[in-house]
Amino acid sequence: MIRRVLPHGMGRGLLTRRPGTRRGGFSLDWDGKVSEIKKKIKSILPGRSCDLLQDTSHLPPEHSDVVIVGGGVLGLSVAYWLKKLESRRGAIRVLVVERDHTYSQASTGLSVGGICQQFSLPENIQLSLFSASFLRNVNEYLAVVDAPPLDLRFNPSGYLLLASEKDAAAMESDVKVQRQEGAKVSLMSPDQLRNKFPWINTEGVALASYGMEDEGWFDPWCLLQGLRRKVQSLGVLFCQGEVTRFVSSSQRMLTTDDKAVVLKRIHEVHVKMDRSLEYQPVECAIVINAAGAWSAQIAALAGIGEGPPGTLQGTKLPVEPRKRYVYVWHCPQGPGLETPLVADTSGAYFRREGLGSNYLGGRSPTEQEEPDPANLEVDHDFFQDKVWPHLALRVPAFETLKVQSAWAGYYDYNTFDQNGVVGPHPLVVNMYFATGFSGHGLQQAPGVGRAVAEMVLKGRFQTIDLSPFLFTRFYLGEKIQENNII
Amino acid sequence: MAAPWASLRLVAPVWNGRIRGIHRLGGAVAPEGNQKKKRTILQFLTNYFYDVEALRDYLLQREMYKVHEKNRFRDKEWIRPDKYGHFSQEFWNFCEVPVEAVDASDCDINYEGLDNLLRLKELQSLSLQRCSHVDDWCLSRLYPLADSLQELSLAGCPRVSERGLACLHHLQNLRRLDISDLPAVSNPGLTQILVEEMLPNCEVVGVDWAEGLKSGPEEQPQDTASPVPA
Repeated sequence: MIRRVLPHGMGRGLLTRRPGTRRGGFSLDWDGKVSEIKKKIKSILPGRSCDLLQDTSHLPPEHSDVVIVGGGVLGLSVAYWLKKLESRRGAIRVLVVERDHTYSQASTGLSVGGICQQFSLPENIQLSLFSASFLRNVNEYLAVVDAPPLDLRFNPSGYLLLASEKDAAAMESDVKVQRQEGAKVSLMSPDQLRNKFPWINTEGVALASYGMEDEGWFDPWCLLQGLRRKVQSLGVLFCQGEVTRFVSSSQRMLTTDDKAVVLKRIHEVHVKMDRSLEYQPVECAIVINAAGAWSAQIAALAGIGEGPPGTLQGTKLPVEPRKRYVYVWHCPQGPGLETPLVADTSGAYFRREGLGSNYLGGRSPTEQEEPDPANLEVDHDFFQDKVWPHLALRVPAFETLKVQSAWAGYYDYNTFDQNGVVGPHPLVVNMYFATGFSGHGLQQAPGVGRAVAEMVLKGRFQTIDLSPFLFTRFYLGEKIQENNII
Repeated sequence: MAAPWASLRLVAPVWNGRIRGIHRLGGAVAPEGNQKKKRTILQFLTNYFYDVEALRDYLLQREMYKVHEKNRFRDKEWIRPDKYGHFSQEFWNFCEVPVEAVDASDCDINYEGLDNLLRLKELQSLSLQRCSHVDDWCLSRLYPLADSLQELSLAGCPRVSERGLACLHHLQNLRRLDISDLPAVSNPGLTQILVEEMLPNCEVVGVDWAEGLKSGPEEQPQDTASPVPA
């Protein structure tokens, strides 16, 4: 009956759908919808089993404006700012898809939780400064009615970076940039260092930079829970599932130089439920890749990197998981309450933990020593051979210590230049990245979340300009190297 | 003190009629040029006449009184607001004067408000007792006062914890620190010991170091039953 109303010209062409990819354009699919309605009416009639009202509460919704892949601190930060910056309440429907709701392998919960502004790139410094003010006012940003205020347990003890002779000049110029951006950092000579921190052995140290304000460490788990709570109260939907497929459509277009380029647009995200084969296709407008250490897999699903190497189509997302160990030890004669997070010339770092003479720290392995990221097993020999000697050299009191425990976590390591990837992909036009921060993602999450939300909602970065962090730099080969990675 | 003394001039033209009379003895009241000559004449007269000497002393005392009026706070007198919370207009006269002590107890001062206190480069005593918005972040801002601050009181601040107390180690000139009654500090006794170790020249007041300790062997069996959190 309804079919007769359709103009004849539209015919069958529109009504057939190819499996997998759709050619762009608007497909009404009248036939399918009519048959569905007929089925529903038949099942309501008496005598039929009503199996249409199935419980789908565990499934994500069928439509969502933004799907955020990854529910760690970066994904939740993007969700928060999307909701904060939307033009009217309820304008954007956001879905956060997280594979593991216990966050057992997520980088956020396993992080050491430090925040510092001592970077060499102005953008990184601005991100950290904003994050510090976010954390300071966290109970105003993340307030939920009738919920207790968050206690982030922030230790404002600062970071102390030590530089040897060859790095001293770079450290000085970095501190100049940091001061220009508004970070309160002071430079100290070895003598001043010994005066201030008598437990340090300044052998091999030419210069030290000490952050005076807005630097320290906090409880990342508390921030994560606070963000979750707030974001749920703002109306963001959560789903525990894994993204297995993107259904996208391509369009062949010509650039201004008349070169053919294929632009892709993701239409559906297939979310597979935990421990089952059931999946739900979620129709979406924008996908945000905040999957941390596993971002490269998500990018590969969207077809990023499928092409001849050296072209834009063939440029993969260079983020891979790297395992890092953190050890907790007890040293009764160790440095006192004033200890900052000390990052040694060798790359070893440590900080105090609590009141009871416990310290935690570690060291980033060199490229040759990189452990296998297949699991999160801790290698205790690494501490014995590669971490302890450097610690004992720098702080003589650490010659006697006792390791209490240790854990391992992943860095979402950007092998290109160890800085984050933010913003849209040039070819897959509705996938935005917020990943690859190589160990400083937690401390930049509030700023990056805001930047991605601005990019999604307004089309450009408004507060902090993160254009150096776009994906295109991988193709163009423009490295923005960050020197101060711990 | 340079400014008050510079204004202290025995021949300043701020006289009433009667005194002018004296000056007519030594010549017309005129600015700088004749001053040296006038002073020697007055001096000469003072040496010869008891009256002139007494008069000169009286005039000197009046000048000194004016200076003391100007520097009244130097007698360690606190400038307080009246019952409506307003400060008197005379306070504006003390713009140039360095502030030695600030008592901000029970105040709603917060992180941004500390901007105003941190500009006081010669502050010696700061009291932030029972300030409900002073937390660890605020304490991390106090380091610019390190050269002058000798006394700090944080008693009764509900948001200050041992993590904020850790950044007081910049204040090496501190001689007296009051950290009593801090509800957010998890282990007051241990914190007191650690803060004392951190600031060796400072008298840390407020917590009895034995507070966290268990008393006596008779309680031991009870303790082994309930595990002490590590």
